[in-house]
Amino acid sequence: MMSTQVISANDADNAATADSVIRHEAARRLGLSGYFACFYGIVWREVLRYVHQRERFFSALVRPLIWLFIFAAGFRQTLGVSIIPPYESYVLYEEFIAPGLIGMILLFNAMQSSLSMVYDRETGAMRTLLVSPFPRSFLLISKLLGGVSVALLQVYAFLFVAWFWEIQPPIISEIKVFTMYDPPMWLAPIVGSIKEPIVHSLFGVPEFMQSYAGYITIVPALLFAGLMLGSLALFMSSVIKQLENFAGVMNFVIFPMFFASSALYPLWRIREASPLLYEVCRLNPFSYAVELIRFGFHGQIDTTSLLVVLGCTAVFLSAAIFAYNPSKGLIARRGGPGGAA
Amino acid sequence: MNAIGSSGKTAPAGDAVPALVVRGVSHHFGDKKVLDDVSLNVAQGAFVVLLGLNGAGKSTLFSLITRLYDNVSGEIIIRGFDVRRKPSLALQRLGVVFQSRTLDGDLSLLQNLKYHAALHGFSGADAAARAEQALGVVGLGERASERVRALSGGQARRVEIARSLMHRPDLLLLDEATVGLDIGSRESVVKIVRGLVETRRLGVLWATHLMDEVKSGDEVVVLHKGKVLYGGSVPGFLAKTGKTTVSEAFRAMTGTQGPLEEAA
Repeated sequence: MMSTQVISANDADNAATADSVIRHEAARRLGLSGYFACFYGIVWREVLRYVHQRERFFSALVRPLIWLFIFAAGFRQTLGVSIIPPYESYVLYEEFIAPGLIGMILLFNAMQSSLSMVYDRETGAMRTLLVSPFPRSFLLISKLLGGVSVALLQVYAFLFVAWFWEIQPPIISEIKVFTMYDPPMWLAPIVGSIKEPIVHSLFGVPEFMQSYAGYITIVPALLFAGLMLGSLALFMSSVIKQLENFAGVMNFVIFPMFFASSALYPLWRIREASPLLYEVCRLNPFSYAVELIRFGFHGQIDTTSLLVVLGCTAVFLSAAIFAYNPSKGLIARRGGPGGAA
Repeated sequence: MNAIGSSGKTAPAGDAVPALVVRGVSHHFGDKKVLDDVSLNVAQGAFVVLLGLNGAGKSTLFSLITRLYDNVSGEIIIRGFDVRRKPSLALQRLGVVFQSRTLDGDLSLLQNLKYHAALHGFSGADAAARAEQALGVVGLGERASERVRALSGGQARRVEIARSLMHRPDLLLLDEATVGLDIGSRESVVKIVRGLVETRRLGVLWATHLMDEVKSGDEVVVLHKGKVLYGGSVPGFLAKTGKTTVSEAFRAMTGTQGPLEEAA
């Protein structure tokens, strides 16, 4: 017992000595510029990897285009879309599902990055990330934003092609905040409801930008929606044990999230078909991601969608950071990346 | 272990502060105890071979040292910094070569290294200079712009060693670094790492199940079924077991039958 105490005291000395030598360098390295270098490096790697994998780029682009060119063309005549906010006139079905397809790009991208994290975890690339001296939450969030950057590239490639298909943002003369809130019946007594839309004007858009403003106002919506889906995927990457489970992810996450949402059909249509399904769609965070994008493309901020998306991001991200936490997380308990030796 | 703190406060943080101290570390996964009261030391400038068959607990120990997850009992101290309490300072002193390949095949050597530099907070010209220097150390300076996919297994390993050196660590961990390499590549990897011990006074913890990688001047830690059976010099190891070769001594101590590689 005595000797243990002596060693501990000596260790304290050693720590102090090492500390004084190393502190200077450490302070420089992990300062703000170090954080920026680290963040930039992680995002840069994601984008670079993406650029190098051309087939991934094309498959990511082809998927929504097939939906747009074939599926939407076929459904144009069967499904009439009435005038619902943010639309001010009748729109073609193609135009209606474009935000849903953008949501699909974000969803697939997020799940693919989650797949790559499971793969990374198995091969060890995730470990080179996690052995960095920066805080783990910072590393994970940087990785997440790297994934979102890749998704943004994909979305703009899609919007570019869609432009020729006459899917273009409307002329936006002012940025508006749109609030309408009709929660499920069981929730209404708690949070109240706003059944008639309230529209606030935030600021005007200079005339020369009005035709293209939608391409800019969609950015925050894409960022928030991308972050939410990315956080969910990050959390899932800590739970999925093996790579082969991606088929399960398709069946149990991507398809239900995509189809039980407002991506392909307005929710009032679903209510007519099945009130229960309608409630399911309204509990689906992906619906709110799609609506946020839809309104964003029209220069409007949909308050409800924004709040739900931000709330879900906070929950999913906390869960992901918890799962990767070295002392409490799921990975620690289970043996985690690399598994038990 | 008592010699750890003999230098006192005024001495520079030279060889007196060990590169790595692991003390009384146990770890469970559920009910399974994978590490049982493990202790070992790696001094600056020491080449310590962690000998153990697959499943002995080597990778779990590495996961704890690299703070993939926290040790719940005992202490792990890198260059005077406790991994759990001062993870950032500890991890800055640590370079790792993982058992599995961790480079991006689609990116060039330089891009791979720059990414790692960023993970340690270096950017721009500084990162590029470190990358070039590190590639020079492993003899691949001229191939910096090639894609990793074009490299052989041994060359990729050398890039990983270069990567682990970029932030100038004091402790280098290598987990089965030579597995799957041909004899020539194995020799060059071992030579590079041993050279680093000489020239940079790095502390190296070299995990392996290949007994012929142990040299007489090394220190050996025998890990078997989660327990350290021996820690000390090679002559001491041979003397303790009364054998003449490391593999015989290992067999005698662990009670392993048959060829060790196959047993692994």
